[in-house]
Amino acid sequence: MSEIDTWVARQRERAAHLPGAALPWLTRRRADAIARFADLGWPTSRLEAWRHTSLAFLEQQALAAPPSDSYPDAAHPAATLAALRAAFDDGGHWLVFVDGQFAPTLSVIGTLPTGVTVSALSEAFNTAPDAVEAAFGTADDSASPYALNLALCGDGAFVRLARGTALEQLLHLVFIGATGAADSHLRNLIVADANSEASIVEHHVGGGATLGTVVTRVQAAQDARITHVKLQQQDAQAIHVAQIEAEQARGSHFASHSLSFGARLARNDIHTRFDGEGCETLFNGLYHVDGRRHVDHHTLIEHAMPLGTSREYYRGLVDGNARGVFAGRIIVAQDAQRTDAVQRCDNLLLSKLAEADARPELEIYADDVKCAHGATVGQIDEDALFYLRARGIDEVHARQLLTYAFAAEVIERIAHDALRKHARTALLARLPGGAMLEELL
Amino acid sequence: MLKINNLHAAVDGKAILKGLNLEVGSGEVHAIMGPNGSGKSTLAQVLAGRDTFTVTDGSVDWDGTDLLALPAEERARAGLFLAFQYPVEIPGVSNAYFLKAAVNAVRRHRGLPEYDAMDFLARVKAEMKAVGMKEEFLYRSVNEGFSGGEKKRNEVLQMALLEPRLAVLDETDSGLDIDALKIVAEGVNRLRSPERSMIVITHYQRLLDYIVPDKVHVLSQGRIVRSGGRELALELEEHGYGWIDAEGKATKTAAGARP
Repeated sequence: MSEIDTWVARQRERAAHLPGAALPWLTRRRADAIARFADLGWPTSRLEAWRHTSLAFLEQQALAAPPSDSYPDAAHPAATLAALRAAFDDGGHWLVFVDGQFAPTLSVIGTLPTGVTVSALSEAFNTAPDAVEAAFGTADDSASPYALNLALCGDGAFVRLARGTALEQLLHLVFIGATGAADSHLRNLIVADANSEASIVEHHVGGGATLGTVVTRVQAAQDARITHVKLQQQDAQAIHVAQIEAEQARGSHFASHSLSFGARLARNDIHTRFDGEGCETLFNGLYHVDGRRHVDHHTLIEHAMPLGTSREYYRGLVDGNARGVFAGRIIVAQDAQRTDAVQRCDNLLLSKLAEADARPELEIYADDVKCAHGATVGQIDEDALFYLRARGIDEVHARQLLTYAFAAEVIERIAHDALRKHARTALLARLPGGAMLEELL
Repeated sequence: MLKINNLHAAVDGKAILKGLNLEVGSGEVHAIMGPNGSGKSTLAQVLAGRDTFTVTDGSVDWDGTDLLALPAEERARAGLFLAFQYPVEIPGVSNAYFLKAAVNAVRRHRGLPEYDAMDFLARVKAEMKAVGMKEEFLYRSVNEGFSGGEKKRNEVLQMALLEPRLAVLDETDSGLDIDALKIVAEGVNRLRSPERSMIVITHYQRLLDYIVPDKVHVLSQGRIVRSGGRELALELEEHGYGWIDAEGKATKTAAGARP
């Protein structure tokens, strides 16, 4: 039996026990998904989109089954959560998942405005099956890891914003890996009706040597405003493979902030499609990798309709023997006249052996558009370094300061004060000399 | 007292300073003038410790210290200040952070207590007022999007805050209109003191109408070829650098002719 068959057999064995197993449509989609995964196998470097990030090694990986309904080290998730909540002065709504399962005792959902639903997907299968079905997605066109996600996921967040509602406080989705020996598969569904507004933060922490797949689907109806922030700070052995899929209706605004600091291997596929006129999107990203770690962002912005505006800014800090990959694609369809798109990806190599690949791709089929893109891979600016040293700042500190400053530009685009501060602290914790910088900032 | 003796410096194997001698006493202001490519900026950068330049011969003694043996940051802490011809933009680093880090690095070295945030703000705001800089420049990134004049004012502000013993001003007048030039010159004049020496590098004598030097030197092809009082600058204004270049070439030929 090949290793792919092992995954397939495990799915079939698990399927009957997964939340939502009683829903015929879900059972069908899961079966289709595992068939697709079995057909495709793990992506290898032979596929263009996975050229730099083969997952073929997972075929050899023997991953333990997830724990049953309790997790062994109960103190770890509680402590992790307490630290996180303290950074936000205990404000906001907190939906917590441990090793891929909803943790109701840790979750704290404050008073929600009428028309706003926040629940675990495992509950929503029972309470709102029709809405879940409509938002769940299929694996028909998915890359194989996301097909596997659909086949194996039993939990995640389900967020529904009725027309005109606004979630004023941040909604935090906290994903904690506690046992370090499980794989987890999560799916988050965010359904935003017309004119609604929310900011949703995914925190990914812990994880040990876990494989985690996460799919987050966002549907933004007319004039909805959704901000999605993902802060991935997993353990240095974790494997994180994630997709964000957004669909935007006329006049909607979607912002994706992806901060990738942890994990041995992190892959993010981020995609939005403008299905109506006058949509706006911001893709803002920062990654830091060191040692032998690897990070890959593949993004796609589809300007399918006119008058859309997209801004994409990615920055990478690549140290040690690490590798940072960015591939950003923007498609401007023939009908998408008066599109305004800007894409940039800049990388700072912090060691001789670090490697960064930045590939911008613009496909423009309309004729009245304004599009600009650029990508750089470089070292710290020697002129700036000398300028700081000529003012008495020692070279080590000057380098740290310039490295931080390079990355901080991405963080400054996060509008929410406490969140921006938290992201800044997370970045400083990664950088040598961060403690000293924090004191002075 | 600064003593530069037979200084030779090269960049990428190309000799630029070729035996420069200069002495600047305490409290003196010396102007160094010269045509483009004569080595003026190289001299400034070598004194400040830029390692893209290689010192191939000669020495610089600064009150008994071998200046060339110190890395750039130690020279700055010991009281050397270079006002850059092209101040560098540093996106993401606020001017306030930068100024505080610089001032405290220097104060630590001098055994003075570091400023806390309140004291520092009070001090920096007073100095900003003196050079006519708006407070908003504190919270903007270092030099980013500053006009030419604003950048030069920021340099003078740093000089005032760092209280150097030796200030080297590299073409501080370049790119300034007359009003900006006056403000910058006033800032510099305010800092003249018996303990502080200054080397003012300029292409034009115009600046010397506002910063009146004790001595004027003419640099040509990597050496000082003429030294004199203020009148030398006026002479250059009248005759240009042509005659200096001719003289420089003659000297070189003569030197080359020797076995």
